[in-house]
Amino acid sequence: MHDETIILESDRTIKNYWNDLWRYRELFIILAWRDVSVRYKQTIIGVLWAILRPFLTMLVFVVIFGRLAKLPSDGNAPYALLVFAAMLPWSLFSVSLGEASNSLIGNEKLISKVYFPRMIIPVSTVVAAFVDFLISFIILLGMMGYYRFLPGWNLLLLPVFIILALLASLGPGLWITALNVKYRDFRYIIPFVVQFGLYISPVGFSSSVIPEKWRLLYSLNPIVGVIDGFRWCILGWNSPIYWPGFILSTVVIIFFLWLGIWSFRKMENSFADLI
Amino acid sequence: MAGVVVKSENLGKKYVIGHQAKGGRYIALRDVLVQNTRGLWSKALDLLKGNPIIQGDTLEEIWALKDINFEIRKGEVLGIIGRNGAGKSTLLKVLSRITAPSSGRVTIKGRVASLLEVGTGFHPELTGRENIYLNGAILGMSRAEIKRKFDEIVAFAEVEQYLDTPVKRYSSGMYVRLAFAVAAHLEPEILVVDEVLAVGDTEFQKKCLGKMDDVACGGRTVLFVSHNMNAIQRLCKRCIVLSHGRIAFDGESGNAIGNYLKSKDLNQQVSWPQISQAPGNDIIRLRAVRIVGDDGQVCSNFDVRDPLKLEIEFQVYKEAQLAISAQFIGALGSYIMASMDNYIRGSWGKQLPYSVGSYKTSCYIPGDFLNEGKLSINLWIYSPPFAPYVSPHIKLEDVVSIDINDSHDLGGARGAYPYEWGIEPAVRPKLKWTTELITEDNE
Repeated sequence: MHDETIILESDRTIKNYWNDLWRYRELFIILAWRDVSVRYKQTIIGVLWAILRPFLTMLVFVVIFGRLAKLPSDGNAPYALLVFAAMLPWSLFSVSLGEASNSLIGNEKLISKVYFPRMIIPVSTVVAAFVDFLISFIILLGMMGYYRFLPGWNLLLLPVFIILALLASLGPGLWITALNVKYRDFRYIIPFVVQFGLYISPVGFSSSVIPEKWRLLYSLNPIVGVIDGFRWCILGWNSPIYWPGFILSTVVIIFFLWLGIWSFRKMENSFADLI
Repeated sequence: MAGVVVKSENLGKKYVIGHQAKGGRYIALRDVLVQNTRGLWSKALDLLKGNPIIQGDTLEEIWALKDINFEIRKGEVLGIIGRNGAGKSTLLKVLSRITAPSSGRVTIKGRVASLLEVGTGFHPELTGRENIYLNGAILGMSRAEIKRKFDEIVAFAEVEQYLDTPVKRYSSGMYVRLAFAVAAHLEPEILVVDEVLAVGDTEFQKKCLGKMDDVACGGRTVLFVSHNMNAIQRLCKRCIVLSHGRIAFDGESGNAIGNYLKSKDLNQQVSWPQISQAPGNDIIRLRAVRIVGDDGQVCSNFDVRDPLKLEIEFQVYKEAQLAISAQFIGALGSYIMASMDNYIRGSWGKQLPYSVGSYKTSCYIPGDFLNEGKLSINLWIYSPPFAPYVSPHIKLEDVVSIDINDSHDLGGARGAYPYEWGIEPAVRPKLKWTTELITEDNE
């Protein structure tokens, strides 16, 4: 028996929202599991896709930026590793941003028929993106073996940056998915942002090629900090972190996360009326 | 108060709809630009803040629910009845926390589960087994709870041998059975149920109703919406009648149903015993207008499959060309269609005149054609070649009205479709559909 009392009033933000979110953790897990299993069901390509996409993009970048443009790598790190170490967080970010942004619309039926804290939906899609990430991480290990490149203890800190990458996608993801409920045009923004972002973020090149005086400004792009962090973990001291930039990126990530959560919660009550 | 588990105080739910103003003879481009840029800025700001933006120049508030006060005691089974659009679904959505109220307050003690449709969240790619867990979690069951009841659910749904088949390969009957089986094993303290019993074949419906009986007798608090008066009478002792978003009646089910049927204020026939008082003029006067069934009996409640006839009796005092036009108006005042008799009496302006005498004209409306809900008739009688709006002899609005129901027993135009139509269409014809298997190849 639960001896709880719920009071429903207009404009009352649900008390204990975060507790409620915790109470619905089983639903969260099962929705995440649904997203993952539907993604890999039916097709072998599902798994293959998670491997091929970042790998092929990496090859193209190595040829264009490393061979043709002859951009320098970080320290002694092989150029392919430099690119792949950035490809990983970039795909994690872009896939989870894309999935989160479309998540509410994709679950229209649920939202109009059942109550649960709506934030579960975008957050659970991020988990599915994380599974993609784990699969491509295996390639990284393979590549490290191929280049006989031994990572340092920094690698242990990788989870911190993985979380940072997820938070970076969750902030804008929450905001856009909420807006998407009423204004379906927002879904067109994401493919554009992702395509554009791939080139303005230091994925195909090292962020050290950016002139020193622009580097702080460049770090306004939150992904710059995440990618630098990944490279630092994977390539070790070949790729030192530019701290002022990293802190700025983190602040931007936190700002977007705050904006995302704040606006999501504000719009959450009306989702069922609008969707 | 002790024992009260749901308490609604002055509950209201408002929707805001924008209308585009049509006034003004001409619009200057400059005005449009100024207005739109100003609007753009404030709207962009709203967007950033997450405030709703509503299109249109004038806003209209529609109260889907207003001043709703009631209490439900623990273990009570409360029925909610009312016409389409009376606010039943909105009320359930507010109580199950899907949408927030606009005014007033609801206090709920205990865990609520809502069942507004069966199979919410079912994923076609997943197997029956997986969908049981998924759907159970969506309805608020814990994993342990589902595990415990798993066998019972499977047995109820009768899908044992297809448990590991993706549900997209299920027949619609199996799908619905599985979906209902999960829902039927919910054990919340308060259960909110929309018209979901009306699914599946008759046999399964009986089973569902039996299950609902168990639930109702098991001391659970249940809120139950249905169009099925038999089910309401059987399951609920007490009923609330909603009408235009307000509570029209709250009390014993039998009385509530009586009130509901009466409140429909249908007027399936009208007659004027004193013809001098009847609508008309010195050329023609009405005697009676009525809607009858196929058997010629006056009736106020039609099944969507039944044909009906509009009968008009009138007296002609002077020989004249006459045209009769009936307009069909839907429940919310929507204009469904108009039909005229003039084609039966020759070409326009040269119609065979009606000689002096008493007449009966009837218009036959086939079954499986009109939508469900209230239907009312506007009647115009005029003389060609004039247009109907040029001094018609008779112009009456809402002369007669009836109610049309689409039953859920598979024979109607809705077939096995259990949900609302969304945007209510004007007509609901049962058109002819055919499907043939072209080839059994899978590519």
